[in-house]
Amino acid sequence: MAERPEDLNLPNAVITRIIKEALPDGVNVSKEARRAISQAASVFVLYATSCANNFAMKAKRKTLNAGDVLAAMEEMEFERFLEPLRDALEVYKKDQRGRKEVSEQKRRDKERKADSENDKSREEEEEEEEEQQRMEEEPEEEAEEEEEDN
Amino acid sequence: MSQTNSGKQSQASEAKKAISLPISRVRLIMKSSPDVSSINQDALFLTTKATELFVQHLALTSFNNRSQTQANTLDYSDLAKTAEESDTFHFLTDILPKKILAQDYLKSLEQMQDEDSDF
Repeated sequence: MAERPEDLNLPNAVITRIIKEALPDGVNVSKEARRAISQAASVFVLYATSCANNFAMKAKRKTLNAGDVLAAMEEMEFERFLEPLRDALEVYKKDQRGRKEVSEQKRRDKERKADSENDKSREEEEEEEEEQQRMEEEPEEEAEEEEEDN
Repeated sequence: MSQTNSGKQSQASEAKKAISLPISRVRLIMKSSPDVSSINQDALFLTTKATELFVQHLALTSFNNRSQTQANTLDYSDLAKTAEESDTFHFLTDILPKKILAQDYLKSLEQMQDEDSDF
């Protein structure tokens, strides 16, 4: 639950960067305009959520899924977002799958280590590799776990 | 070995670049809606990505339709204009009201009263 009203704002720095990237070089965006776009983005999230939730409720589901969000975009007449969204989701899913495999591998390695002390040299090699991946992926993984809790 | 490793690295950074808005904040906004009970990861990701596309689209549409085409500036009035004129952005009219001068408002108020007294 949001505790302070500003919790429902999106970070200004990120919004400003996205605006700058969308517009031609050298365009000034007034402070008032930036604030307005940021607020509009929050309203967009709420509007999309409510539309998507209607689709989930119609299907008697309690959890919003990807199909609900895509259907919401269509209903909101943002069909132009559908293709980039589908593409982005595919990349995201591939990445998630890759991550799952890495953590599966980690788990298996751990079990193997507990079971026997054989084959030590190979394990050490794998561990090194693992360590490297862990350093890259850990911060995001943690954030996701936290999300799934709620 | 080193080749596959670098391949994985570039893939990971690509996925990180896929969204720049914080997913956790978007989830908080979604959850502030009272009838939403739970949201799966894919839906959360898609909403975040859609919000980015929305910000780009709103900014660009407003800039292209700006009233002072000479100016190299995007102002509040351009956004209010977009909300008023475009059907897809019409849901924003409540939070992007057109600004008018107090004297114009008073004038239109007077006019309305005049019309009322005609009856």
